Amino acid sequence: MLALAAGSFQVGRRRALARAGGDASALHSLPGYYGWYAALWCGLPGLAAWLGGLSLAPVAHEPSGLAALGLALAVSAAGALFALRAIRPAFAARVAVERATRIGLQAAAAFAILVTAGIVLSLLFESVRFFRAVAPSEFLLGLHWSPQMALRSDQVGSSGGFGAVPVFAGTLLVTAIAMSVSVPVGLLAAIHLAFYASPRVRAFVKPALEVLAGIPTVVYGFFAALVAAPLVRSAGEALGLAVASESALAAGLVMGVMIIPFVSSLSDDAITAVPQALRDGSYGLGATRSETIRQVIVPAALPGIVGACLLAVSRAVGETMIVVMAAGLAANLTANPLDAVTTVTVQIVALLTGDQEFDSPKTLSAFALGLALFGATLLLNLVALRIVQRFRERYE
Amino acid sequence: MSDPARWSSPEMVARLRRRRSSELRFRRLGAGAVGLAIAALVVLLATIAWNGASAFVRTQVALDVDFDPAIVGAVARPAEGPESEIDWAALVREALLREFPEVAGRSERRALLGLVSRGARDAVRARLLGDPSLVGRRERVWVPAAADVDGLVKGQLPRDPAASGRLSAQELGWIAALEERGLVRRVFDWSFLLAGDSREPELAGVGGAVMGSLLTLLVTLAVAFPLGVAAAVYLEEFAPHSRATELIELNINNLAAVPSIVFGILGLAFFLGTLGLPRSAPLVGGLTLALMTLPTIIVAGRAAILAVPPSIREAARGLGASPLQVVVHHVLPLALPGILTGTIIGMARALGETAPLLMIGMVAFVVDVPHSFTDAATALPVQIYLWADSPERAFVEKVSGAILVLLGFLGAMNGTAIWLRQRFERRW
Repeated sequence: MLALAAGSFQVGRRRALARAGGDASALHSLPGYYGWYAALWCGLPGLAAWLGGLSLAPVAHEPSGLAALGLALAVSAAGALFALRAIRPAFAARVAVERATRIGLQAAAAFAILVTAGIVLSLLFESVRFFRAVAPSEFLLGLHWSPQMALRSDQVGSSGGFGAVPVFAGTLLVTAIAMSVSVPVGLLAAIHLAFYASPRVRAFVKPALEVLAGIPTVVYGFFAALVAAPLVRSAGEALGLAVASESALAAGLVMGVMIIPFVSSLSDDAITAVPQALRDGSYGLGATRSETIRQVIVPAALPGIVGACLLAVSRAVGETMIVVMAAGLAANLTANPLDAVTTVTVQIVALLTGDQEFDSPKTLSAFALGLALFGATLLLNLVALRIVQRFRERYE
Repeated sequence: MSDPARWSSPEMVARLRRRRSSELRFRRLGAGAVGLAIAALVVLLATIAWNGASAFVRTQVALDVDFDPAIVGAVARPAEGPESEIDWAALVREALLREFPEVAGRSERRALLGLVSRGARDAVRARLLGDPSLVGRRERVWVPAAADVDGLVKGQLPRDPAASGRLSAQELGWIAALEERGLVRRVFDWSFLLAGDSREPELAGVGGAVMGSLLTLLVTLAVAFPLGVAAAVYLEEFAPHSRATELIELNINNLAAVPSIVFGILGLAFFLGTLGLPRSAPLVGGLTLALMTLPTIIVAGRAAILAVPPSIREAARGLGASPLQVVVHHVLPLALPGILTGTIIGMARALGETAPLLMIGMVAFVVDVPHSFTDAATALPVQIYLWADSPERAFVEKVSGAILVLLGFLGAMNGTAIWLRQRFERRW
């Protein structure tokens, strides 16, 4: 089909020149545009026909695939013929080609909306099926989470528990631990780099923080499981505390380290956006650097810093691999960071990997959890983006 | 009240001292935060490197294999039966028993045979098929040692039988005897880089996962790059200031912050559920990661296009170029290094991504190296996750080794991006 399109490009070009008697200046557009016009008319309808044919027969077995291809080639040839007939010197091929290209560009930009719509639809569709089996009030308020699937309806304990509160609470606990590491460290590091560090230190630390940000989450997860969890456990035992082997603390600490560069780079943006005049004014009144930072810069940059923290929370809530590898599966409703807890993302992974039946509440509950996760992060992101944007406008 | 202008008054001196020490405390706090972040990075990388370096080395045991024509005759004379029926394990067994003639009894013999890997027979077979003239001769063949022997020789397991619990005193004695006779060596392990996954730690490699990641990233690039550049061009050069444009921008910003696992759920529901594409395939993984990478490329592309000064557009337009010609002939070539930098960074992030691939089933145990976009495959980070989940002690080394390979790829990609930026970026 590509060959066909390339062929019509050549033919279209030649034909335009021939019609103009070999004199390119007699044409409305450059000869190449007539070629493109023919190629587009050949390729696009053919592509549409091919995809349409394939989607009508989704199982890609040989005969239907061949039939779709044949149909596509026929449509391509028809399109090419149509385009070639339209070519004459006065024809504004460039305008037509540019209009088509622009529509293509617009479609590419609108694709982002399509992706969001796809996410919302796929989550909603399956969640509605889940909520037909389990009441939303039970899901949102229930305190018992054990998504078991009953083999027979008369089995003991066949109902299973779909109260997601322990899962949400576990997510919040791990997120809170991560935030209590990453926000102070990230913010202080950003302040130190912006105000105190010498250029040499900055030239070394900034790339190092970028490396920290670029390490894949699965590596952090392995580190949490291999190093952090045993460390937390033995430290707890040395203090005479009972620590679960998959404690929320270990996962939260490592997640906090992961988010440090995120917080520090966003707060750095906020801090450097504060106008130099505020700083100079404060120094002029005799304030020390730390007084300037604490009483002028941070209050002035606060919206940006809050926005950064909200984005970091959204990151932590949606983080998957660290908790999958270092946090537990059992849903405990606890506020003790030394206990094992489970999170939304861990449950989604546990429920959706491996063999699954698409119509059991057990599998469908993962989509409801996904919907809750998407809703929560969407809200956080929108609020954070709005805050950051307003803040930026104020100083620009 | 003290006079604020009298700096030498005792109250003012004390006050100034307080303020200065508070300044120092704050400064040290900041330095501590930076130090903590750097320390975390160093500990992380050092742990991985410490555990992983030995994954690239493997222990081999030398066997003097007697290529008995009665057993392997079929290699030289195909008429005697298919090659697949040759009992290669028998060759390994005989060679080992000849080395230790004193071993008798079923359980002892089995323990002795356990010193070499199940891959030993493959090594013997490969040696003979590479050189069929060996039939009827005795030849020294280096075969992979079992995982426990490997760990012992590398010093990961203690040599004291009471402390290890994995190897008996007798087994330790055999290994010591082999080492004394110079029949144990350590070599660079090419198969770790080239082989597929295996249940036996000493035979498992990352080759299959690397290939799977490569195929996945090719799909991601093919989908996300054109779409992302087209969207960036539209938003920067053509989009009117309208509600629709604002909505698109809001969408892109938001998609950039959606948790990756949600993209995995979308892939599961749409690509696998609605479209019926094959599970565990790089095609689906690549499409899913493309959706995730798209916002990164769009944002980087827009920044690069915005950096091209308006005077270039105006000059082109003044010479009669149409809006599209301005973009295709002038703006895009100048913005390309910036776009490519952003694309490589997006690809690097996609390479390290695990969660969405778990959702679409790329967690399968795949022994064969995948060769097409629809083969069952796994990706490098998923392989790390799978090995990290395995209870076998020997896999800790493999996980760290695989992480080193992954970090190597990421470093190379980001290095290329930085080089590209420094080499081609123009400032106006």
